[in-house]
Amino acid sequence: MGKRTIVPFGPQHPALPEPVHLDLELEDETVVRAIPSIGYVHRGLEKLAEKRDYNDMIYVMERVCGICSFGHGWGYAGAVEGLMSVQIPDRAECLRIMFHELSRVHSHLLWLGLLADGLGFDSLFMHCWRIRERVLDVFEAITGGRVVMSFCKVGGVRKDLTPEMLKMVKDTCDMIEDEMRKTGLVFMKDTSVRNRLCGTGVLSREDIIDLSAVGPVARGSGVNNDVRSANPMYRDLGFSPVLYDDGDCWSRCMVRVDEIMQSLDMIRNAVRDLPDGDVSVPVKGNAPVGDYVFRVEQPRGEGFYYVQGNGSKFLSRARVRTPTNINIPAMTRMLQGCNLQDVSMLVITIDPCISCTER
Amino acid sequence: MSGTTKSPWIMHYDASSCNGCDIEVLACLTPVYDVERFGVINTGDPKQADIFLITGAVNDQNKEVVKQLYDQMPEPKVVVAVGICACSGGIFRDCYNIIGGVDKIIPVDVYVPGCAARPEAIIDGVVKGLDVLEKKRLKLREKEGKK
Repeated sequence: MGKRTIVPFGPQHPALPEPVHLDLELEDETVVRAIPSIGYVHRGLEKLAEKRDYNDMIYVMERVCGICSFGHGWGYAGAVEGLMSVQIPDRAECLRIMFHELSRVHSHLLWLGLLADGLGFDSLFMHCWRIRERVLDVFEAITGGRVVMSFCKVGGVRKDLTPEMLKMVKDTCDMIEDEMRKTGLVFMKDTSVRNRLCGTGVLSREDIIDLSAVGPVARGSGVNNDVRSANPMYRDLGFSPVLYDDGDCWSRCMVRVDEIMQSLDMIRNAVRDLPDGDVSVPVKGNAPVGDYVFRVEQPRGEGFYYVQGNGSKFLSRARVRTPTNINIPAMTRMLQGCNLQDVSMLVITIDPCISCTER
Repeated sequence: MSGTTKSPWIMHYDASSCNGCDIEVLACLTPVYDVERFGVINTGDPKQADIFLITGAVNDQNKEVVKQLYDQMPEPKVVVAVGICACSGGIFRDCYNIIGGVDKIIPVDVYVPGCAARPEAIIDGVVKGLDVLEKKRLKLREKEGKK
C-alpha cells in the first residue's frame, strides 16, 4: 500500500471552465476518494422571486445558466402556466420544442468540444465549436441574443418566426448534420479517442439507480429516464430515447452524438409540421395560492421546477433542481479508483454545469 | 518585455457568473473569432498571465480566490471585467450572496458590458487592455530607472 496524499483540484484549473473544488485522496496515482466542495458560484437566485413579479422573474430564471438558458426559461414558464391554469397555443409549444432542441444541439457540441480538449485533441475541439457557431447564428438572427435569448415568456413565446427564418433553421440543420456525419465518426472510430474513453469511468446500471443519476450519464448505462417521452408532442416529432449499455465514457459520448442527430431530425419535423395560430396568450392577475411542478429534459438531464403562489403577484417560492446537482454523487463514485490523469476527463463526462447546480 | 503587447496571455476565471460570458470567452478561441491569430493564449497559470479576464459578480466564497489569483499575477497586469455582472452586479445585484462588481475586490482597468458580452466585445476589451498594459509597463520602467 502506497502513501496517501491529498491533491486539491480547482477551483481554478485549466481543464475546468467553471469553479468547483475537489479534494482527491490519492494512493500512489489512484484516486481512492474524491470530496467535492461547491459554493463558488452561489448567488441566491431563488430568493429573488420575492422581489420580481412572476412575469419578470423569467429573466432571472434564464440566467440560472447561460448554456441551458432556454430550458430554464421554459421550465419556469411551464410551472407558472400550470399554477395559473393557462393553456398555451400549440404553435408556441412547437416553437419551444424547436428552440430547446436547438439548444441541446449547441450544448452537446460544446460538450464534445470540451471533451476533445480534455483529451488533448485540439483540432477536434475547434471543429466541434465551429459547427456549434452555426446554431448561435440562428439564435442571433431570430432573437438577437447568442446565448441568453429571452425568447420564452410566461404564456408562450415572444415572437413568431417568418418563413425565411424557418428556412434558415432547416438549412442550418442540414448543414450541421452533414458536418456531424464526419465529426461524429472521429468520436466513434478514432483509435486515440477510443483508447482513452473506452472502459474508463464505468458506472453500472445499479450505480445509476442507487445514485439516481439523470440525463446522458444514466442513458449511457442503459437506464431510460428521459422526460421527453412523457410529452405527446415530442412523440409526434419522432422522439425515441437514445440508450447505450457499457456505462463508460465512450457510451456517454455516443449518447450525446446520437442525440444531436435525433434532435436535428426533430427540429426539421417541427419546421415541417408547425401548427398555425397564435404564439402566446396573455397571463395577467395574481398567482393563486397553491404550487405546481414541471419537468424539462435539459441537455444534461432532468430539470425540476417548483413554484408556489401565495395570492399576490410575487411567488413565495421558485425552486430549481438541476441535473448536475443530482449527478455529483455519480461523479464521485466514478472517480473512485480512477487514475489521476483521468480526473479532469471524468469530471467533464458528466457535463458539469456548476452555475446551474448552485444557482 | 515588449513582446507581450503583441501576444498577451490571458487567464480566465468565473467568479459566480451564469456561464453565458464564460462560453463567449471560450467562443473567442473558435475558428470563427480565432484570437490565437493575435497570439492570445488562454492560460490556466496566473504566473504566466498578463490579462485577467473575470466574469460574474463576486460572492463571498469566491472573493479570496479572486484576490489570490490577482496577487499571483506578475506586474504589469490588467484586469478586464467581462459582462454586466462583473461591471456592477447586473441582474444579480439584489441577491443575498452577491458583493457587487469585481471592482469592489480588485482594481479593474477595462469594463466590457453586455449580457452576455459578445465575443467581438470581449476581443475589443482585451485590445483596450493592451494600451493600459503598455502604459503600466512604461510607468514601471520609469520607477525602476529612478531607483
